[in-house]
Amino acid sequence: MGWIKTTFHKSGSPRWFFTGSRPWVIGLYVFGALLIVVGSTWGLGFVPPERLQGNSVRILFIHAPAAHLAEAIYVAIAIAGFVFLVWRMKMADMLIQAAAPIGFVVTVVALATGIIWGIPTWGTGWVWDARTVSTLLLAFLFFGLVALREAIGREDRASRAVALLALVGVINIPVIKYSVEWFTTLHQPPSIEIGKKPAIDSVFLWPLAVNVLGFYCFVAGVVIAALRARIVEREAGAQWLRDWALKS
Amino acid sequence: MATRLGSEVVTELLAMDGHGVYVWSAYGLSFAALGGLGIWPLMSLRARIRRLKERGERQ
Repeated sequence: MGWIKTTFHKSGSPRWFFTGSRPWVIGLYVFGALLIVVGSTWGLGFVPPERLQGNSVRILFIHAPAAHLAEAIYVAIAIAGFVFLVWRMKMADMLIQAAAPIGFVVTVVALATGIIWGIPTWGTGWVWDARTVSTLLLAFLFFGLVALREAIGREDRASRAVALLALVGVINIPVIKYSVEWFTTLHQPPSIEIGKKPAIDSVFLWPLAVNVLGFYCFVAGVVIAALRARIVEREAGAQWLRDWALKS
Repeated sequence: MATRLGSEVVTELLAMDGHGVYVWSAYGLSFAALGGLGIWPLMSLRARIRRLKERGERQ
């Protein structure tokens, strides 16, 4: 467990993170993109139409990973918010700033692909049920994190307010997750749960799993790249960064 | 014969029994968004490093 503590402490240093993270960005971009290409090609061309949904089932190979990832990004932001409020770690604040717009785009992708899937499948693109509304709220929360920072002039106050909103907003995540169980909804109950046999056939499960992993890896690379850009912005006055820029 | 079969396969893949417009637009939109997400931080980082270098060279 010692290495977790050491990594946690080291990751608080923008210099340590910036100088060591470039290979991770390249690796995650390449590996993630490769998995997405494989998973999507598999899902588009090598999976039979589903009995009830027909060919529109193929949309779920990108909709479900995007929806799952959007929630994971918010959880990461909420943890960063907690870390910032407790330890005042500025890397945690930069992570929120870097990841919030990315989370917003991923949530919009989840909503848009859900709407497109709903038209041929449900006969409507939008229903005001608990899952769709709580996911829409997630998009507003990501947008709110960006807007709140812009609205508050003083950087330290903005960081505290954003961290607090990030932490409070995490209440929406269990609402999204359990919305299909707590409320009557058109959404189906979860098909994949830890410790249970998947409710979907393996022919659909595998391309979905590949795309989920691909989305996670690629967007993790994007978040790290965005965090590097934030470090350059905020640490522009630091000698180590000026030296690094002149050497590179 | 092979060309005709190939074009039939492509037409079938594009049409997807009437669901093609939904499937391809969903994938197109998602890939455009992912591509944009991938490029944006790299461009932003490059521009900031360039500015930093220019400032360093001036000093």
